[in-house]
Formats: sequence, structure tokens, C-alpha cells
Amino acid sequence: MARLQADVLIIGGGATGAATAWDAALRGFDVVLVDRADLAEGTSGRFHGLLHSGGRYVVKDRVAAEECVAENAIVRRILPDAVEDTGGLFVTTPDDDPAYGDRFMEGCRAAGLPAEEIPVAEALRMEPRLNPGIQRAFTVPDGAIDVWKSVWSLAAGAAAHGARILTYHKVLDLHVGDGGVTGARVRNELTGEELDIEAGFTLNASGAWAAQIVHMAGIEGIGVIPGKGIMIAMNHRLVNTVVNRCTMPADGDILVPIRTVSAIGTTDIRAADPDEIPVTQQEVDQMLDGGERLVPGLRQARALRVWAGVRPLFQDDRSGPAAADTRDVSRGHAVVDHAERDGVRRLLTMSGGKLTTMRLMAQDLVDAMCRQLGDERPCRTEHERPPGHEDGRHMQIGDRLRRREATLRDEQLICECELIGRSRLEQTMQTRGTLNLDDVRRQLRLGMGPCQGGFCIYRATGILHGVERLDGEEASASLTSFLQERWKGVWPILYGDQLRQARLDDWIFQGLLDVEHLPEAAAVVPDEELSAS
Amino acid sequence: MTAHDHHDVLGTLMRDSLDHCVKCTICETFCPVSNVTPLFPGPKYVGPQAERFRVPADESPDDSLDYCSGCGICTQVCPQGVHIAEINTQARAKLRERTGFKLRDRIIARPDLTGRLGTPAAGLANRTLRSRPLRLVAERVLGIDHRAAVPSFAGRTFQAWAKGRTSPPAQRRVAYFHGCGANWYEPDSGQRTVELLEWLGCQVDVPRGQSCCGLPLQSNGMFGAARKYVRRMARALAPAARQGIDLVGTSTSCTLMLKREAREILGMDEDPDLRVVSDNMYDICEYLVMLHERGELRTDFRPLPLTVTYHAPCQQQGHGVGKPALDLMALVPGLRVIENDATCCGIAGTYGLKREKFDIAMDVGKGLFAQIGDARPDLAVCDSETCRWHIEQATGVKTVHPVEVLHRAAGLS
Repeated sequence: MARLQADVLIIGGGATGAATAWDAALRGFDVVLVDRADLAEGTSGRFHGLLHSGGRYVVKDRVAAEECVAENAIVRRILPDAVEDTGGLFVTTPDDDPAYGDRFMEGCRAAGLPAEEIPVAEALRMEPRLNPGIQRAFTVPDGAIDVWKSVWSLAAGAAAHGARILTYHKVLDLHVGDGGVTGARVRNELTGEELDIEAGFTLNASGAWAAQIVHMAGIEGIGVIPGKGIMIAMNHRLVNTVVNRCTMPADGDILVPIRTVSAIGTTDIRAADPDEIPVTQQEVDQMLDGGERLVPGLRQARALRVWAGVRPLFQDDRSGPAAADTRDVSRGHAVVDHAERDGVRRLLTMSGGKLTTMRLMAQDLVDAMCRQLGDERPCRTEHERPPGHEDGRHMQIGDRLRRREATLRDEQLICECELIGRSRLEQTMQTRGTLNLDDVRRQLRLGMGPCQGGFCIYRATGILHGVERLDGEEASASLTSFLQERWKGVWPILYGDQLRQARLDDWIFQGLLDVEHLPEAAAVVPDEELSAS
Repeated sequence: MTAHDHHDVLGTLMRDSLDHCVKCTICETFCPVSNVTPLFPGPKYVGPQAERFRVPADESPDDSLDYCSGCGICTQVCPQGVHIAEINTQARAKLRERTGFKLRDRIIARPDLTGRLGTPAAGLANRTLRSRPLRLVAERVLGIDHRAAVPSFAGRTFQAWAKGRTSPPAQRRVAYFHGCGANWYEPDSGQRTVELLEWLGCQVDVPRGQSCCGLPLQSNGMFGAARKYVRRMARALAPAARQGIDLVGTSTSCTLMLKREAREILGMDEDPDLRVVSDNMYDICEYLVMLHERGELRTDFRPLPLTVTYHAPCQQQGHGVGKPALDLMALVPGLRVIENDATCCGIAGTYGLKREKFDIAMDVGKGLFAQIGDARPDLAVCDSETCRWHIEQATGVKTVHPVEVLHRAAGLS
């Protein structure tokens, strides 16, 4: 079996894992990061894109709020190109108690969050689609963050400092010996090859899957309640400012303008298994109702896609009674020291947390490791920018349109909705060396626009076929697996315009290309597990 | 004042129509401009696609949008109801806010002003417009292509003619919306319209105070000024409309402007004068066909042994009333009408006047010019004045409004 040695093994390639790899690599540790799938394919890639100002937590969770206030500013500084400075609004809808606004402002003051109450008329001028019945409005420094760009930047930065980023490597077992964890056995999910990683320290950043990992070291009593949240992307920007409902956190109370869409989120439902998170019709309705409250007419607007993510909400048998509602579990994060708790050295788990505080989580995790190792090295992530963010400019919605303008006449446009040209697509395919078009999607937003791949995926498959020298069957498999993945997110919201789009796409793929009868390819049918319950 | 300040409900509806786009590409198949030049990426691209990348606070970065001629065919052919042309026109106006307005565009967008200035010295002005050396200077200095067709100043105004006469009383009253074209450039055609309407049994009022409807300003992105023109025009026409008098116009793009475009593109849906004007506005051929369908149109036309071609301009198609001019000309005995099926002549109002767009306009019109040339007609017929000037220049065939044909068939000329 192949072997690999490293100072630090990081399990999990989400925001926390990537930030931890960047942090540890900057401190001079030799890092290996493994993820069972692609970077940010789990919880990190399945959120709404909100860079929290902290406003959402000021009343309920002061610590989380203060962390957000600080980290929001840092993330804007270190990952400027992944952040759009949209600003945010908290609005009191006709269904909410205006008095909550006072508690909100009080919380903002206490957390050091620069919020300001503005006249309702001004809020309506800023966002003409807002519910005209809102009673109060407050501005906060919310932003929108492209999670894939963030995670890939952090991973690339870590790699530039020597880290090895192994995607599609699943942990099969943790090696335990000498009073602690000494590494892990992992399997390359694409080739089936197994690999032994010897690591001086193991950091568990696997989020909702963290309990499964520590079980491998014989550790019991830690549970992760997967708190399922669903989100719906609306076809275009109904708002250009993040809009939050000014009330205690509830379902469907945030509308985030992220890239070309606006995402309405989210629910919080206890799930049994982080890998089994079906979307139900009831949840979709709940989201749309919530959105309608913020922006009347949202139900008539075109919904593109729905997806679900799982929050890593920790419960530890040894620290108090379990909360009944997953919303009541703290959004703060904590490092679980398994030496202290379980007598297992050289293993730390990051529990809880949220994307906005990913950098702080990484710092806390690596600091704790340094303490246990007795090798204190200062954290540098607060000021260092990973590659791709050098000019310090925030991303803007019009960036792609501007870039496209320069190559308009010379370059073939492959994904029309998200304006992806052929050269960028080929380059990404070559760099990734992947056969999975979904990997390309996450990096470029391929197929994420209104037609959901209807017009670009057959083109992209042809290009992939050429770039990666696939045979027909492999290319067909890439095509159909992408279509299946897209279908999962489309069919629960099939109404109105998206239904018409799906019919047209269907005629293309079933009628013209007969994708269900390609050699060796899986059939494109709705995934049973997603059936509305 | 920015376009965003007028972010009204209807404007939002226009933008929201992008939700209906299923990428079918029918608009791009029909777009006369993107079919002849790679400079314009096409209506789907600059419309429902690019619009998702635009926000009010951010300047629109896609200069290529400026190559849209604004013909509006994309909106007409879209089977999903996307208001593509309206989205594009609004975005173009925003683009112009960033790039600034050229002196040229300020001039050509105000045909009333040039008319007012050129009319008293028509001889000199026309010699200037026909002088190749001076046109070359104008091309260099202003960017108006020296080859482009420009109208002549008539040297007198239609209004002056109308002022001195009274229409014989009749049961049916119509108010004639002549706009600036008939007033300063083609007063003869205005007179013939009045004569024809009278022959058809209408009492014709000519409301005073008409100048330009604001369409050229709107096409050139000067929305603020365009709104002023619309308001003024609507104020001039509203009293007649409020009395229940039908408004009839011969400039098909201008009637469309007051019917629909100013409300949808300039966001003037709430203007009470404009609303009543819109509701009572008819393109003249549309109006006469309506009378005919009711059995109220006099049809004792004399035979006219001529061959004519008919081109329905894009803006006329924007009315969504079919091709009423064909129905009317079919009433004329002996008249042989050849319908052109090419979509656009290329001029699109002021588009083809511009140095950087003249060649595109000629390429767009190629198909139409060839059809007209092949037909060897006595006359070419078209409802829109800028199209007529462009077609006549490109083909050498005298090009007239359908009213002209009916005027002859009525024995009035």
C-alpha cells in the first residue's frame, strides 16, 4: 500500500478544512488534506452565500455575533475577490413585532456591529421589491460570499505552501497507537487504490460527518445532529442587498443576492443522517412563503433550483442536555480536545461553526494543535491573502459580463447563462483532470443558470471528450451523471417558467440525444429518495 | 436623474420577463443585426442573459449592447413573452449614462429641433445636406455617415398649412397626430393624409403644439429628455382623446411610441395624459381597416394600374395588428402589390445614420433591397419615414406611405 507522511492530516475539504490547511501550511506545517469527494461539496457548498454581519445572532447568541463582526471584516480583507459587498438589511415584516428591533439594535451595540435604523421609505428605495408593509429597517454590513472561490483559493494557497490536497479520498480508518492517532487509511474513490497516511497530528474538520470519523478512533458519546437547511435559488436578483427578517431566526427569513441568483433560505430540521437529506414539498412551500413575506411576488418569480445542506450541530453527552430544536444549538464553534475528553492524543475535532468564521475556526484548531505539540507558531491568516486576491478588489456581479466583452468575437461561449467561454472551460478541465462535470460546475458555475445545463452540458461533454480523451461511454457517463445531479435540484420546484425550461431540456436530451439509451449510461430518472413525502 | 430613479413597477415587470427565457434562440435567429455583424452578440445575449449580470448600482459593462438597433423584432418573435427589446433599450440607456452622449446623438435625436432650425433656411440647409464635401466634414466631426439618407427640409410646415383651413364638419371626427416628420420634412404627406381622411368622411382636427414624440431620444438613451417630449406631446393630444376623438397617426413608430413604448420603456405608465392618448391612438392603416371591418369605410377607389412592393417596418409590426396596409391596398382595383418578407431595412430610426453603423444598416437591408430591385416596382410602399428614406436611397425606387397610394386611388392626386 502506498504511504504518505505529513505533519498534519486534515480530514474534510470544506471551508473549515481548507482554511485549516491554509493556516497550518502558513505556519510551516507539512499538510495533507483529504476529502471523500470534491472540495466544498458537502455543507460548505450547500449554503446560501451569506457573509454574516453578525446581525442574525445579536439577540440570541452574543459570542457568535461578536465572532461574525470580527471575521466579516477579516474575510473581506483576505478573500476580497470571493466577496461581494452587497450590504444587508434587517426588516420588520407586517408579521413581526416591531419591538424586536429595539432588542436587535441593543444587541448590535453590545456586539460592536455597526447597524443603523433607516426610514422605511429609504429601504424601499434601496430595494424596490421589498414588502411595502415593512415597519422598520436596519442596515448592516452583510455581504455575499462565493464559497467555491473561497475554498479553492484557500486550498490553492495551502498547496503553494506545500500542502497536498487529496480530493476523492475517503477515510476508511484512523490509525490509533501510542496513546493517540497516528494517521489514517484512505481510499482513492476514483481509482479504488488505498493509501496509508502517517501524520503527526490529525485534525477532524469533517463537520456533519465528524462523529463518524471519531468513532474510528473508538471515541463514543459525541453526536452531530445534522440540522437540515434547504435553500432555493431564484432565477435572477430580486434584491441586490441581503434581506433578513428582523425577528428571532425562523424559516425562510433570509434572501441573499449571490452571483446571478438570489437564494432564499432556510429551514432547520433535524435529520437522521447527513447523507439522507431529501427536500419535501412542504419545505419548498415554507421557503416560498417566507420569501413572499420579504418580497411580495416571489412565488411568481422563477425558481431555478432547490438544495439542502446539513449544519454540523454538535452534541456532547458530557456537556449538558440535548436541545430539542436544532435552532437552539449554538452556532458558535468549539475545539473538541480528544486528549482531554477521551485520552486520545494527536486528534482534535472542530465542532459547530459557520462559514463566516471559517478562518477563526481554523486558527483555534491549529492553535490547539500547537499547544498540544508544545510547538507554538503564530497564526498568520488574519492578514495574508491566498492567491487570486492580490488586488484587493471585491467581486462584482458584472465582472463576467465585462470579461466576456473582451473576447466576445473570438471565443465560443459554452455556458450562455453563466457566461463561460471555451478556453476557461478547457483550462479548468485540464487543471482538474476530472471526468466529473459537476466538479467543473462548482469551480465555474457551469450549468448553474436558468437552463440548468440544458444548452451547455452537451457542449461541455463534447469538449471534455476531447480534452480528457474519453471514449464514448465515458463521455456519456459524464453527461448523464451531471444531468441526474441537476435533476435532483430541479424537480422539487418544477412549476412555472422552470417547468417550461425542463420540458425544453427534456426534448433536447431525451428527444434529440436519447440520453436514456446511450451505451452503458445510467438512465435519467428522478431519484427515488427525493420523492416528496 | 438616472434610469434607476424611474424603477417603477412596469419597468420591473419588463425586467422580470427575463424569467420566461428558455434560451430557445428564436430571437437570435430573427435578429437582423446579429445576423450580419459579429459586433452585436444578439438579443438573447444582451437581453435576458446579460440582464442577470446587471445591477442598478453597477455600471453596465457591455459596450456591445450599443449595436442593438432597437428594431424590436426579438420581442415580437419571442414565444415565451420576454420583453427583450425593452430590456435592451433600458440597459442601453444606462450604458449611455456611463459613456456619455455624443453631440451627434443629441442632434439626430431631436428632429424637431433640426426641423425648426432648418426650415427657415431650407434651401441652404438642403444644399448643405446634399453637399458631399460638407457631409464628409460632418462625418468626421459628428460621426454621421456621409452616405446615409437624410430628409430634406420642406421650407414650410404642415402646421402652417393646417392652421389656415377648416375641415368640413362630419359625423366622424379624428385628430391627426402628425409628429415632426410630417411637420418639417414631409408636409405634403401630412396634407394628403388630411385630404384622404376627409374624402373618407372624417372631420380632421389637427391638435396644436405637436413636435416630436421623443422616440429618437429614447432610442439614443436620453430617457430624461424623451420623457419631456412624451409629456408635451401627450398634453397636446390628450384634450381630443378625452373628448372621445380617435387619434390617428401616419408615422408608425411614433404611434407605437405613444401607444406602448413610452409606457413600457420610459416607465410612464402613470402619466394620465399619456394613458388616455395611448388608449385612443391608432396607426392610420390599423384605423382604416377597423372602419372597413365595421363596414364604415368608403371603398370606391379608382383603378390604379401600378406594381408596388410593400415592406412592413419593424415598428409597424410592433403594433401587433398584422399588416393592415396590405388589406387596404387590396381594395384598390388594378393595383399589384408584392409583399416583401425581409424583416428589416436596417435604418432603425437613427441607427443607420451613424458612421460606425451605416454599413451594418446596409447589410441588414440587403435582402429587402434585393427583393425590391427584383420586383421592378413603380413604387415601394412602407409605413415609416426613416425606412422610406433609407430604402429610397438604397434602391433608387420612390418609396411612399400607404396613404399616398390610397390618396391616388381616391382620385385626389
